[in-house]
Amino acid sequence: MALLEVSQLDVRFALRQGEVRALRGVNFTLERGERLGIVGESGAGKSVAAFSLLNLIAKPGFIAGGSIKFEGKALNTMSERGLRKVRGNRISMIFQDPMMTLNPVLSIGEQMVECLKAHRRISTKAARAIALDKLRQVQIPSPEKRLDQYPHELSGGMRQRIIIAIALLLDPDIIIADEPTTALDVTIQAEIMALLLELCEQHNVGLILITHDLGVVSQVTQRMLVMYAGRVIEEGPTREIINDPQHPYTQGLINALPQMATPGEKLNQIRGSMPSLSNLPSGCAFHPRCDFINRTNGQPRPACTEQVPEFVTSGNCRVACHMVAELIEDRRLKEETS
Amino acid sequence: MSAQAETLAANRMPTQNEESSESLLQIRGLKKRFSLSGDFLDQLRFKGGKLVRHQEHVHAINGVNLDIKRGEALCVVGESGCGKSTVARTVMGLIAPSEGEIRYDGQRIDNLSSRQLLPYRKRMQMIFQNPYASLNPRMTIQQTLEEPLRLHHPNWNRQQIIDKVEEVMRSVGIDPDWGKRFGHEFSGGQRQRIAIARALAVDPEFIVADEPISALDVSIQAQVLNLLMDAQRDRHLTYLFITHDLAVVEHFGTRVAVMYLGTVCEVATTATLFDKPRHPYTQALLSAIPRLEDDRPQHIRLSGEVPTPVNLPSGCVFHGRCPYANARCKQEIPALQTQDDGTRVACHAVEEGRL
Repeated sequence: MALLEVSQLDVRFALRQGEVRALRGVNFTLERGERLGIVGESGAGKSVAAFSLLNLIAKPGFIAGGSIKFEGKALNTMSERGLRKVRGNRISMIFQDPMMTLNPVLSIGEQMVECLKAHRRISTKAARAIALDKLRQVQIPSPEKRLDQYPHELSGGMRQRIIIAIALLLDPDIIIADEPTTALDVTIQAEIMALLLELCEQHNVGLILITHDLGVVSQVTQRMLVMYAGRVIEEGPTREIINDPQHPYTQGLINALPQMATPGEKLNQIRGSMPSLSNLPSGCAFHPRCDFINRTNGQPRPACTEQVPEFVTSGNCRVACHMVAELIEDRRLKEETS
Repeated sequence: MSAQAETLAANRMPTQNEESSESLLQIRGLKKRFSLSGDFLDQLRFKGGKLVRHQEHVHAINGVNLDIKRGEALCVVGESGCGKSTVARTVMGLIAPSEGEIRYDGQRIDNLSSRQLLPYRKRMQMIFQNPYASLNPRMTIQQTLEEPLRLHHPNWNRQQIIDKVEEVMRSVGIDPDWGKRFGHEFSGGQRQRIAIARALAVDPEFIVADEPISALDVSIQAQVLNLLMDAQRDRHLTYLFITHDLAVVEHFGTRVAVMYLGTVCEVATTATLFDKPRHPYTQALLSAIPRLEDDRPQHIRLSGEVPTPVNLPSGCVFHGRCPYANARCKQEIPALQTQDDGTRVACHAVEEGRL
């Protein structure tokens, strides 16, 4: 059994204009100590997926269907009381903006002690000792001094290190990191990612890394999901997806990176932009931007415009695309006839 | 080494005159300080029974020298707080420099009044980072695009202006029918196209782009970057391109200037810089780019953090984090020195051959 198992997750937002489906049938699993990347552009639903794991979706959003199982227990139907034992304790989160996550009126030490005391019966002195140890682990210079400092006294990179230290406080099984380095500079980003990777490996902590940066995902994670308009469209081992993406959107996303083009030449762009979730195209949500549908006599494939594609298995990856399904079918038929 | 870098090496060390004739924009000894201490009364303090005036400054740029050649795209890279945006804004005359000169086409522009600057404003335009903030929410797209034309071509008639707006909208790939709509009705990528159209409307020759694609999604970034490159080719534009994204620089830039804490530490052609970074900071910066490849070399870890620009370190601003720093680096500020291949580096270690 996987440590975390998400199946057919459906998240909706009840807005005045009508219901918006932010996630449509999202499936994935995470094994103990595994690092999973969730990639997509803004509006793809990657943050909603992360928040719904701990039932943190705020109104008007709600989980409309599916299940999230952590060690076999369903988190989506668990009581608040039960959830509180999981949140921050077994599964902790790291958010994008460290200034928003830290309480500005409490010192670093107070925040860390508070967190430990909420989950364990422990003396303040013992809690401070654990806090200090975690600060050492995230390689903060002069950690004793930091305990009595306030968030505004620290730089962005330092604050994110503190956040990581807090996330590690209770030795969680899973860390969910939502764009942890987007607000930071490149050199700081590299350090923070290296640190996160090292700590996860060292303590056998599972990581769900949400980011739009394919470079970061390729360096940190073992498996990745690509999301588009509220659905997972491709899933598999990170290296295989990066080296040989199957879905036209994943291909477009990777080819659009400046490092994939010859300097000075045109970048490969994907036309158009991500559809609004309240007004999704019929069939495959990507079909209005997809270049492959027009290859057969310039006519769109009827399947792409009418039917939502099911997942097909291609090697170690799962892809939701009619074209890929057809290619696989063709290959199979050819093998059978020969 | 690339052919580009070789040609540059062949005719390196141009004399002062040659340099000024080919460069469109020259920045000399540019400094900008921002006061942190408020107005005169706020600055007064009692110290030892006496009234003293206490002033603190953010030293945003400290003596920047740069030349932008006609037709090139000069990228300025650096991390937040390195002064790259301040350079862009000072060049555009949006903020006045504290010291130094800016020459455009040989003419000093940093000390002109806004009326005197008007003809230059037509020749140089700016594209901002956030397309959500740079479009006036109360103006339709048509009005937004007409405004610069009315200002810079007061004698044009209505039809001329409408024709020009339509032409420029088509050239950036937006439907002229969008003119009646407002900025908020568009997505980030579309808004940035509108902002680019507005900059191109007056047919400028020089464009300052301050992080124009940073707020956009990956697939949209490629669209906007292609648009900027097409515009450069079709209109023979010169760019000053400010960014923190080195992958974009590698693709887009003719030359790159790397900034750290208000000073330029290395200027080189793009190929040379990515092939052979000289300055220890440039090396660290390049090694930190997250790449798709598996076999990347271990990134160079810098110790410590960027110092505050309020109290600048003595000597080389990078010495506190530099693995090669010695006593000289702590005292003497390194100057940009031209290397064999035309690269200009401000580093004592490079100069002494220690690196």
